[in-house]
Amino acid sequence: MSALSRDDVAHLAGLARIDLSDVELDRMVGELGVILESVAKVQEVAAEDIEPMSHPLPLTNVTRPDVVRPSLGAEAALSGAPQQEQQRFSVPRILDED
Amino acid sequence: MTTAATAEEIVDYDEALERYDPVMGLEVHVELNTATKMFCGCATGFGADPNTQVCPVCLGLPGALPVVNEKAVESAIRIGLALNCEIAEWCRFARKNYFYPDMPKNFQTSQYDEPIAFEGHLDVELSDGTTYRVAIERAHMEEDTGKSLHVGGATGRIHGADHSLVDYNRAGIPLIEIVTKPLTGAGERAPQVAKAYVGALRELLRALGVSDVKMEQGSLRCDANLSLRPKAAGDENQDDVPLGTRTETKNVNSLRSVERAIRYEITRHAAVLDKGEKIRQETRHWHEDTGVTTSGREKSDADDYRYFPEPDLVPVAPTRETVEHLRGTLPEAPGLRRKRLQSDWGYSDLEMRDVMNAGAVDLIEETVAAGATPAGARKWWTGELARRANVEVKSVEDFGVTPAHIAELDGLVRDGRLNDSMARQVLEGVIAGEGTPLEVADARGLELVQDDGALEAAVDKVIDANPDVAQKVRDGKVQAAGALIGQVMKEMKGQADAGKAREIILAKLT
Ligand SMILES: [Zn+2]
Repeated sequence: MSALSRDDVAHLAGLARIDLSDVELDRMVGELGVILESVAKVQEVAAEDIEPMSHPLPLTNVTRPDVVRPSLGAEAALSGAPQQEQQRFSVPRILDED
Repeated sequence: MTTAATAEEIVDYDEALERYDPVMGLEVHVELNTATKMFCGCATGFGADPNTQVCPVCLGLPGALPVVNEKAVESAIRIGLALNCEIAEWCRFARKNYFYPDMPKNFQTSQYDEPIAFEGHLDVELSDGTTYRVAIERAHMEEDTGKSLHVGGATGRIHGADHSLVDYNRAGIPLIEIVTKPLTGAGERAPQVAKAYVGALRELLRALGVSDVKMEQGSLRCDANLSLRPKAAGDENQDDVPLGTRTETKNVNSLRSVERAIRYEITRHAAVLDKGEKIRQETRHWHEDTGVTTSGREKSDADDYRYFPEPDLVPVAPTRETVEHLRGTLPEAPGLRRKRLQSDWGYSDLEMRDVMNAGAVDLIEETVAAGATPAGARKWWTGELARRANVEVKSVEDFGVTPAHIAELDGLVRDGRLNDSMARQVLEGVIAGEGTPLEVADARGLELVQDDGALEAAVDKVIDANPDVAQKVRDGKVQAAGALIGQVMKEMKGQADAGKAREIILAKLT
């Protein structure tokens, strides 16, 4: 795996809507780089005969029947919202794109 | 981002088609009609109070664990099978990451490179009687988003709003996204193919019983991609010409709009390309009122969704037995059903096409089941009602007239109680909400005069008043009787059976 570049981190920060200063960017390149390297070690033991996996449990088809269960109720649902209005979650102006 | 206020240049449609070959891609999102959401047990009813159908899972609260709705998977497989797709033996969900408050989790649970169904097709019939095979790329499972209300802006749109209010009742409702391959070779029929495809898909989904398929309520939504490429010297060389840059027109929410939006984009692209300019790869917004699209968001870095397999859900691996069992539950294909009904009803190809264009197949089936003759049912649904629907830009079922009404009306005509023009008046009354045909006929005093004496008297009077015409009939010119019948009907103030009047006239004169 090629090393993480400063541009990669800036791009990811943009996607995550996180505003990083130059100093923070430099620091994150180093810190994230270490994490990636550590995780990459797993690939060293991944042999041809080991299937890539996305889930630790050997399960498939875990489903539930299509039966309605009680919802939270609007009051409880909104109880953690910093702002609410008209029984809805109030959020800051959305970027001008629709 | 700005919304283009000025109309963009377009060229004449036929001219555009002389120089360019249109290529379409259609993405249809269909909301399933399951009782609960895709990954939680919240109800899915339309129109509930805001945020009353939400729970920790669909609100994306920490620690909540999603579990797949069994019925939604079955519906997805049935849709795939009905579209002649392969069904994946093993597939996963994936997280599509983006930041937008309509998705409280900051990702949408979708499928990425492992759709549940892939490589299918749907044959659609066009109004000229030809068939176009729409190649299906994939059908995958995902979840719907919440609904935002933009506050403070002048028009309720995002532009100018100072904050937004979000209702998550819709977030997590099962969606199936059906994506076509690039559709080529349609030529000038492209807009019609698009409309016919979405119409056929809607018909199929309705027959499967998996969705309400109400475009006006958003349970069926279409995004229409279009690009143009230069026309090749011969049709056989057209596929060697690389595809042009495409635009994606979002949320085109009626069959007619699908057709109009594709047609508009063809004429707009052609104008841009004619000037030697490039098409911007962007989303476009369709405006129903003005019939144009305007520029939306340009494709950008923000479209980097960083998909990865959803760790909270285990793979879906339908057994072949399950798939075959579900195949056994598929309804008769709409195309075959239409052929069967056409033969049962004895309609000509042209008559059947009128019925389809009026969207009246189901209505006629119900009307016949309610006792009408196939000819009578067709006459009303594709005649008077289709004409009105066309004028008022509605569908035939929007007038409050039911198959039972039409069957009753047809019965009144067959029994000789109403003639054609009276039946029309009765229908007016039914549309105006005055009641059933029988009630309207009673209330308006519409009934053919069954008193032969009155009719004979009218015939005598008309013959006396028109001796020249009467003589022509006596001399064997039977068609001249038509003028006399008209006079008799006038004399009877329309409340007579024209056939009977004709009988009496001919009996007296020949
Ligand atoms: Zn829920």
